[in-house]
Amino acid sequence: MRDVMTICCYCGCGCGLYLRVVNGRVVGSAPSRNHPVSKNNLCVKGWHAHEHIHSPQRLTSPLVRKDGRLVPASWDEALDRTATALKRIKDRYGPDAIGLLASAKCTNEENYLLQKFARAVIGTNNIDHCARL
Amino acid sequence: MTFGSGAMTNSIAEIEHAQVVLVSGSNTTETHPQIARRIYDAVDNGAKLIVIDPRRTQIARHAHLHLQIRPGTDIPLLNAMMRSILDENLVDDLFIEMRTENYFAMRDKLYQVDISQAATICGVDADSIRLAARMYARAQRSVICYCLGVTQHVCGTDNVRSYANLAMLTGHVEQEFTGVDPLRGQNNVQGACDMGALPAVLPGYMPVADETARTKFQRAWGGKLPEKPGMTVLEMTHPADGKVKAMYIMGENPAVSDPDLSRVRHSLDHLEFLAVADIFLTDTARLADVVFPAVTFAEKTGTITSSERRVQLLHKAIEPVASAWPDDRIIMELSRRLGYPMDYESPAEIMEEICMLTPIYGGMYHDRLDAEWGVQWPCAGREHGSTQFLHKFSFARGRGWFEPAEHQAPVESADADFPYILVTGRVYHHFHTGTMTRRSQLHNREYSQSLIEIHPEDAEKLSVAEGEHVRLTSRRGDCAFIVTITDRVSPGHVFANFHFTEAPVNFLTVKQSDPVAKCPEYKVCAVRIEKVAA
Repeated sequence: MRDVMTICCYCGCGCGLYLRVVNGRVVGSAPSRNHPVSKNNLCVKGWHAHEHIHSPQRLTSPLVRKDGRLVPASWDEALDRTATALKRIKDRYGPDAIGLLASAKCTNEENYLLQKFARAVIGTNNIDHCARL
Repeated sequence: MTFGSGAMTNSIAEIEHAQVVLVSGSNTTETHPQIARRIYDAVDNGAKLIVIDPRRTQIARHAHLHLQIRPGTDIPLLNAMMRSILDENLVDDLFIEMRTENYFAMRDKLYQVDISQAATICGVDADSIRLAARMYARAQRSVICYCLGVTQHVCGTDNVRSYANLAMLTGHVEQEFTGVDPLRGQNNVQGACDMGALPAVLPGYMPVADETARTKFQRAWGGKLPEKPGMTVLEMTHPADGKVKAMYIMGENPAVSDPDLSRVRHSLDHLEFLAVADIFLTDTARLADVVFPAVTFAEKTGTITSSERRVQLLHKAIEPVASAWPDDRIIMELSRRLGYPMDYESPAEIMEEICMLTPIYGGMYHDRLDAEWGVQWPCAGREHGSTQFLHKFSFARGRGWFEPAEHQAPVESADADFPYILVTGRVYHHFHTGTMTRRSQLHNREYSQSLIEIHPEDAEKLSVAEGEHVRLTSRRGDCAFIVTITDRVSPGHVFANFHFTEAPVNFLTVKQSDPVAKCPEYKVCAVRIEKVAA
């Protein structure tokens, strides 16, 4: 068993917590005693922040739509199909026909990359996220 | 925009040393429990607590003064408070002289304000307004905490400016333990904004329309960057003329979270192409052409930025579940396929690039964040320390700008056909569209049904009892809920949350938004209520 220090996935307070890992599975969550925000305390969401990680409903494979239905596919197929579609739409309608939503639940690095992708690769400023919702 | 940057001016730990805490439009106990804890600590230390909220939330019950205003009447309330501060000569003249501009326009505006008239608009008594003004202005260390109850109105920007006006009028900014603190709802809203995941700004809030800013990023990224600000999320999900043909959505669920859902789902469904990366098959993912399985916070490394501007490192606890990928890897692979190779060995290397291009993140190298409890921006470089509170000696924009504001009535008001006002929000056990908390056994046990809060008087009028079912109908759609009878809401008002995919309250809400910030008006929507069989 080991405890891994990380930050809670829920609200904007930014509590430091430990994820308890047993045999490659996260089985618990506990507050850090010294973290300046959590200070040995978590709310109910923090104490149970790990419960969705191993949910049986997690997506296990990329899905692509075939004959109207979403069916499992390989990473290569899903990525190729997305890249081809984005390129086709950009060529036909221009870059501003593509919109991208980044995420208040993803990391800074991921948000940075997606806005760079929007601006430098697609060529549009149509990038936003749910800050207002 | 009055001070020059959108972030908490203080640190969370400072709140416990405040003498007066003014909480507005925030159900702090349920949605920001650690901040509520600091507020209660402050009260234990003798601080006075003022709560402005149309609902009698738990924190409102603990307040020394609860101003239970009608939804959407923050501006008349604040103007009246400021008028009272002028009348009682509690203005901080030195601060106004040294640190602000446009004060005379503000003062002239306030001299036209009639406190008793404002009290009628807000539905509270004039003496309470005067008392709140006196409490807030007289203390040395007063802090304002506000949340989406302030911003999710058609006049959201003016609401925020009014709170800033109040703080400047009394000199309650620029110091430790006193300031204006917007509470951020998600773990990385602050960071996503900081990183330029916004249509009008590049990382570090540099405007895309500014040539110098664009040149800087063009040099680093190559190519030519678009100069016209892009569309906001509501412009993408409510396109006027089908201008959006394809979307890539990373970890968001607009098919539940956005207002006026029939239109949102219609436009997502009619895209030529939609790709969604998420951890579950959300309602948005169900509409997609391609779905990528992404990882949770436990399976990745990277940084997130909290409400108090603290950039902290996530540590990977386990390998990705099944064949899921972190979002950065998905973006890099797509970029490579589109002829723009992005080669980063690790999130730490992406952060190096962010540090070089984003002055407020200049010193946020991963190794350094790991050596302390994260670092609060602005942090210009490795030698620069963490910034506990903002606007010491000067505002980000130089002088603070007073912007007088006028009351603007909400888009909808109660009438004969739609006699109730619906306010939407969140509950303690669930989070946003519920994709994570609804899959947690404990949260589902504690709060398993989509409840609507109805006042006892209204319940009697509608002859509904606790646990019975009702259907709400607005001008845009309808949705069924289970009744809970409580005096948390006032008569004529009902409250529902948007956490339940089986009761998507956003089929009812209005899409009209603030013209500057583009926050939709989630806090006011006229509805009618009918009892239905279970």
